[in-house]
Amino acid sequence: MGQPETTVWNGLFWMIQLFVCVNAVAKSFLSETRGRMLYFYSVAGGRHFIIAKLLFNVLLMAIMTLTSWLLFAAFLGNPVIRGLQFLGISILGGTSLSLVFTFLSAIAARAQQNAALMAIMGFPLIIPQLMLLMKISNIVFSDVIQGGLLEMVLLLAGLDILVIALAVILFPFLWKD
Amino acid sequence: MRKSWWKILCVCLLFYTVAGGLLFDMPAREILHETIRNMFFHVCMWFAMMILFTASVVYSVKYLRSQNLKHDIYAVNFAKTGILFALLGYATGAVWAKYTWTEYADDTQIFTEPKLTGAAVALLIYFAYLVLRGSLTDIDKKARIGAVYAIFAYAMLFPSIWILPRLMESLHPGKGGNPALNFRDSDDRIKMVFYPAIIGWTLLGVWITSLKIRFDLIKEKSLLNG
Repeated sequence: MGQPETTVWNGLFWMIQLFVCVNAVAKSFLSETRGRMLYFYSVAGGRHFIIAKLLFNVLLMAIMTLTSWLLFAAFLGNPVIRGLQFLGISILGGTSLSLVFTFLSAIAARAQQNAALMAIMGFPLIIPQLMLLMKISNIVFSDVIQGGLLEMVLLLAGLDILVIALAVILFPFLWKD
Repeated sequence: MRKSWWKILCVCLLFYTVAGGLLFDMPAREILHETIRNMFFHVCMWFAMMILFTASVVYSVKYLRSQNLKHDIYAVNFAKTGILFALLGYATGAVWAKYTWTEYADDTQIFTEPKLTGAAVALLIYFAYLVLRGSLTDIDKKARIGAVYAIFAYAMLFPSIWILPRLMESLHPGKGGNPALNFRDSDDRIKMVFYPAIIGWTLLGVWITSLKIRFDLIKEKSLLNG
């Protein structure tokens, strides 16, 4: 079977990750029943609850990313030259995606369990990170290292920390009802 | 009369901006030529937008701290006026691009221009804010969830309009291959109109918002007092 160009492979990979994330992570709050939320409310505080959710979704997304990489390699070939770097980048990317969508899922769950709302809110917010990710992950296909790479990775990591901080600060306001 | 001094200031500054911006002698730059005057309109729109969105997020934080619905009305109206200024920024930019980019750049370059994408993302984020508010019926819930999203969205706005466009190639003056201005080496003749113009347009935005807020406060009177 023909193998797509590296840029196409890269673009396709992150687009698939985006939709995997929307479907896998969105479930975290949207599928909770009222009774179970009440139970969580009685046993844990808001901060602990959101941190637990974030951790679980980061792990889930890491597994999903690795699975997609395997499937991509099986069906579309594996143009990745720097395997170790790509492993790191894809886990970092999966982490950023899952953090943003976990928090959005918490917001969407408050708005009558509306899954469509998740896409409306999520896509504009995630586009900058996705663009950044595609730019970073382009390096794994060649032997030449671009300049400014470390800055971009640090920027992405900084964004992740920002999202975690905001989620921890803001979630208690969504929690009490 | 005591409180209306800033409205008078706003009118004076905008008269000065329009008159000075169109009549004063401006430095001539390659490609830009006389279109450099658009800086007093186009660039100021984005400045005003950013200031209005900042005001909106400040009131969102205030709402979460006080649970006072008045602050929520302030926040949503600042966001709406910010959207208006973003659309005006696009419109003035489109007129400017007609005389500068269309001759020197091809279509793909224009469509993938990072600043256009970044601004589109910012607009979509705030449209989503309005959609989210529209989908909730309970007033307190609408205000609280809206405020939470507004704060989160504002934080994510920074990479899309401040950081990312600066990492990429851009057609905009002041960056990339286009010769022109940035704040460090811009001409004094431009600064003389540019800074008053920013203040003038921002005050106009605040004025529009204050009218909308007064209208909403009267509409929601029964709720706020009850």
